[in-house]
Amino acid sequence: MDNDLRELYQDVILDHGKSPRNFHAMANATNNALGHNPLCGDKIDLFLSIDKNNVIQDISFQGAGCAISMASASMMTEMLKGKTTDHAVKLFHAVHNMFTSSETDIKDCSVSEDDMDRLTALSGVKEFPIRVKCATLAWHTLDSALNNKKS
Amino acid sequence: MFDYKKDFPILNQKIVYLDTAASAQKPLAVIDAMSDFIKHDYANIHRGIYDLSQRASDRYESARETVKKFINARNTDEVIFTHGGTESANLVAYSYGREFLREGDEVVITELEHHANIVPWQVLRKEKGIKLSVVPIDADGSIPIEKFKTAISDKTKIVSFAHVSNVLGTILPVKEITALAHAVGAVAVVDACQSVQHLPIDVQNTDADFLFFSGHKLYGPTGIGVLYVKRALLEKMPPYQTGGGMISSVSFDETLYAEAPLRFEAGTPPIIEAIGLQAAMNYVKNIGLDKIAAHEHSILKYADEKLSLIPGLKILSNAGKKSAIVSFVIENIHSHDAGTILNNYGVAVRAGHHCAQPLMDSLGVSSTVRASFGLYSAMEDVDALAAGIYEAKKIFGN
Ligand SMILES: Cc1ncc(COP(=O)(O)O)c(C=O)c1O
Repeated sequence: MDNDLRELYQDVILDHGKSPRNFHAMANATNNALGHNPLCGDKIDLFLSIDKNNVIQDISFQGAGCAISMASASMMTEMLKGKTTDHAVKLFHAVHNMFTSSETDIKDCSVSEDDMDRLTALSGVKEFPIRVKCATLAWHTLDSALNNKKS
Repeated sequence: MFDYKKDFPILNQKIVYLDTAASAQKPLAVIDAMSDFIKHDYANIHRGIYDLSQRASDRYESARETVKKFINARNTDEVIFTHGGTESANLVAYSYGREFLREGDEVVITELEHHANIVPWQVLRKEKGIKLSVVPIDADGSIPIEKFKTAISDKTKIVSFAHVSNVLGTILPVKEITALAHAVGAVAVVDACQSVQHLPIDVQNTDADFLFFSGHKLYGPTGIGVLYVKRALLEKMPPYQTGGGMISSVSFDETLYAEAPLRFEAGTPPIIEAIGLQAAMNYVKNIGLDKIAAHEHSILKYADEKLSLIPGLKILSNAGKKSAIVSFVIENIHSHDAGTILNNYGVAVRAGHHCAQPLMDSLGVSSTVRASFGLYSAMEDVDALAAGIYEAKKIFGN
């Protein structure tokens, strides 16, 4: 197996892909969005419970897709639980930049070391341009969920 | 020995090409025919009074003659050149369908259809209040003829179906289905996009009313398709697109349309592509479709056997009569992950829904891995596919 493939399918990705964390629906979600990649059929239904101080009290998802999209969603929920929506937006932009620019530098968005490890694990996807959309699906769904309060 | 890989320059590189159902690679004969035509005989057709235009027009019409023979049409003017299979399907729906369907009429399609043979009918359903009935598949991916008998009724006006499924390779019996359609006074539309490169097509023998396909899946160029229409129907059909080339006279008060097939070829048609398609048909004919079919069948059999030995791999294409396609899912490995890993080993397969989402729903999967074969495919290609799948299983730890 070559290195790029090993980078893509690291243990942590395979682990999250196989047993995604926070993988369930949420009855009392304040925000919700359905992300769909029509080209490959990946689907992510994302739920957030945000309090009045804009803190993400709970976050979960359901869906189906490849290991990359599931792992990305799973790790995203781990990164965002207990964080503010401002932080979530920042992280969304950081991830977006990570995949769209040649700069892999994500240091300037004050992420914790654990989060940095998670993002680094995901960054292996960069070597597989057609799979980038798998990794970003969860994050784009987050972006619309943050703008999509349930009434 | 059956070995034509060498005729395909692109296959000289290190690649195991198993996506022929999406598009076939092109033999040198096709590439050369197009390039020679451009170098020596190209001009717009049916317009110039100069020799070159006459020559180009003659070549274009000779391509139509080649298609006519290839599908055994009775008349050359029953062959319309379109820009692809999808446009052909749209032409049937929006010219014939729009003109002759009335509210309450039924169009029968199958669960196997490509989106190209679903969506245009849905547009007409919305526009005209017709009903769309869908003939379901059996668990093995086949459709017994009885199911067509059940679906087709006095209300049925059009039966439109794939000769060969692009996902499962299932072969449908064109002659029998057409006879059922005719028995209730309906017309039969055959989507031959996945069959014309594998099986002999004979529109007179099957009595199909419409039949269409794309050039690029038949080892020809992109940008060209064919629509065969029985002459009696052709004469009644209104134009599909309008503009130059399809008229006999235009004034600002009135326009008279040209006779078919030019009436359905508005604008400058795919001239160079027609020459390429002609070369592709001649290339296939010279090898012999029967020999091609036999070769592909042996590859398919080998693939079915070899893949079914892989633990956790489930083949979804199990119809008794099927063409050069194997579609499968692997336990705990999503088809895109399998596709990425196979690509890493130089194996090109299609992973996804194959423009047949309703079929995916009915199979209970969101996507499949599809390996499809052509006349250049070899047993080693299947070995490489199987080896790649074992690697994927290793990576995913199962
Ligand atoms: C069965 C079937 N019908 C129609 C089409 C549409 O052909 P094209 O994309 O060349 O227009 C395809 C191509 O994938 C097909 O497989």
